[in-house]
Amino acid sequence: MAATDLERFSNAEPEPRSLSLGGHVGFDSLPDQLVSKSVTQGFSFNILCVGETGIGKSTLMNTLFNTTFETEEASHHEECVRLRPQTYDLQESNVQLKLTIVDAVGFGDQINKDESYRPIVDYIDAQFENYLQEELKIRRSLFDYHDTRIHVCLYFITPTGHSLKSLDLVTMKKLDSKVNIIPIIAKADTISKSELHKFKIKIMGELVSNGVQIYQFPTDDEAVAEINAVMNAHLPFAVVGSTEEVKVGNKLVRARQYPWGVVQVENENHCDFVKLREMLIRVNMEDLREQTHSRHYELYRRCKLEEMGFQDSDGDSQPFSLQETYEAKRKEFLSELQRKEEEMRQMFVNKVKETELELKEKERLHEKFEHLKRLHQEEKRKVEEKRRELEEETNAFNRRKAAVEALQSQALHATSQQPLRKDKDKKKASGWSSIYSVTIP
Amino acid sequence: MDPLRHSPSPSSSRASSPRTLSCERLGYVGIEAVLDQLKIKAMKMGFEFNIMVVGQSGLGKSTMVNTLFKSKIWKSTMPGLRVPMPQTLQLHSVTHVIEENGVKLKLTVTDTPGFGDQINNDKCWDPILGYINEQYERYLQEEILITRQRHIPDTRVHCCIYFVPPTGHCLRPLDLEFLQRLCRAVNVVPVIARADSLTIEEREAFRHRIQDDLKTHSIEVYPQKSFDEDVNDKILNSKIRERIPFAVVGADREHMVNGRCVLGRKTKWGIIEGHFPCLSWLGGCEQSHA
Repeated sequence: MAATDLERFSNAEPEPRSLSLGGHVGFDSLPDQLVSKSVTQGFSFNILCVGETGIGKSTLMNTLFNTTFETEEASHHEECVRLRPQTYDLQESNVQLKLTIVDAVGFGDQINKDESYRPIVDYIDAQFENYLQEELKIRRSLFDYHDTRIHVCLYFITPTGHSLKSLDLVTMKKLDSKVNIIPIIAKADTISKSELHKFKIKIMGELVSNGVQIYQFPTDDEAVAEINAVMNAHLPFAVVGSTEEVKVGNKLVRARQYPWGVVQVENENHCDFVKLREMLIRVNMEDLREQTHSRHYELYRRCKLEEMGFQDSDGDSQPFSLQETYEAKRKEFLSELQRKEEEMRQMFVNKVKETELELKEKERLHEKFEHLKRLHQEEKRKVEEKRRELEEETNAFNRRKAAVEALQSQALHATSQQPLRKDKDKKKASGWSSIYSVTIP
Repeated sequence: MDPLRHSPSPSSSRASSPRTLSCERLGYVGIEAVLDQLKIKAMKMGFEFNIMVVGQSGLGKSTMVNTLFKSKIWKSTMPGLRVPMPQTLQLHSVTHVIEENGVKLKLTVTDTPGFGDQINNDKCWDPILGYINEQYERYLQEEILITRQRHIPDTRVHCCIYFVPPTGHCLRPLDLEFLQRLCRAVNVVPVIARADSLTIEEREAFRHRIQDDLKTHSIEVYPQKSFDEDVNDKILNSKIRERIPFAVVGADREHMVNGRCVLGRKTKWGIIEGHFPCLSWLGGCEQSHA
């Protein structure tokens, strides 16, 4: 008999045993394989720049990546904040980077800045949503997917020297759970050293007291722990951006030339640009991407799925399979639809009935009206007839009267000797006529 | 002043067709430091690799695994010892953590004693397929959880090594059935076991016949043609494909040859040294799974 019973004893559940190797196997090339695979795939990195118009966002991007991204200057007359993403392909030695820079155009320009943060939050959520949709697809290709989720948000603080503006606090608070925020002080060449020191302390104090979680450079890996810890203390970075080159000493450096001196971008004494570049690109780019995926994206995914009604386990702590949940949801939805349909149909039927009744009422009244009208007409006709009769009688009487009077006058002429008798006749005649006149009502 | 030939500009306000910029930069930006960051992270996290070895008993599976990883993963069964033939197909997993030059590898080897050993071997691949699918299912369940772990433990079988007995003729029906069913679910690497029982000419002829058989039955073994990503891949993979199935000899005893200490099999007519094809495509197995 074919013995296909399965007996499995797996030792994988308890702690795996360590083993010592007798010689060189060769799997230490695994990280290299991973790296070369990533290189062929290419990397994508998405930066969001939030700051007021004219604060130096585009210049800083140009300076950071040592190239000129052609963008038109934003006007100050935007109706609302809008986000402008632009993608560039950069290559350095054999690494290809797909860089997307998203600019929040019009931030801080409106008179009413209540809803300034909303377009930004919506954009970030939309990118998460796209990734989630791709992940939930049946035939998915996450390998090829162009990741557009924002990996880091550079928040440009205006160098007033006092403290954070309330717009800054509100926006950062809204963004801190969705994206890694690195606050930077822009145009740092307008603040003096002592002012800057106080400003930085003030900003960090305000951020902490308002509970804003900015991105902390990771200190758990020994290789980078030290440098990251040092950099953490220098947040927020005070940067100066410039794409112009000025001759200092005997070489050309990127700097800003003022009548009173030259501010060199890459000089650590002048500004923190080098620190920002180190942290952002050379040391922590991968960590930023990982945090976005494992922390911010997972949070979004969890909230979204819970919103849609999925759960991990029901009351009996039996894990729900996604399929069951889908089916249940679908049934619910369909039954809901059916119920609504029934309701509408019911309503429709009722309405029809009501209208019918009304119409019937109307008809009845109409009939009554007709009936009354006819009666009225009958009456009228009768009255008309009577009138005509009366008129005829009156006419007849008048004629007779006229005839009698004519006779009387004749009689008067003929026999004027007998006035008494005529008078009597007259009287009689007038008496008759008066009798006649009386009898006609 | 500007050392660049052209500056990148977006083609539309929602640019999805970016321009390429090659940089001979005056200042170095440091994008390639991301590779080091990746490496450090990978080394910290460690790697996981799950192999399954399938073949009839006595073909040298355990010895092969021991030789491959140069350590005693298993006690290989010595001939002569009366080991009772397993009556049912069992799946036996062993996990080890091995480290080399700072790279930690969590290796899980799954053996299938009893495969193809019964008289009626009908559907003997079912438990194996079931096991493979179960690992996939487990991973999927973890992946679609709402609060999922940062690093999902990967128990999916990355590579299945199938031992073909060295008959010298061609693939047997059992082999064909098994390979056909499994090549769709997992990366299968067929090897000719105990290749020291074939002469070089016999070996080459056997190899060609097996290749023809695989082609006739459209069995795609690793590295699969359909997953070739670019030209370099194609070149490398076609070289490997010419040599499939690999003829291997397992040996875990050391002998002295010309003053060198070598792993080999000692016979009356000489010592056979074992060497293996490069492990560079082991990592590829892991990746092509993703």
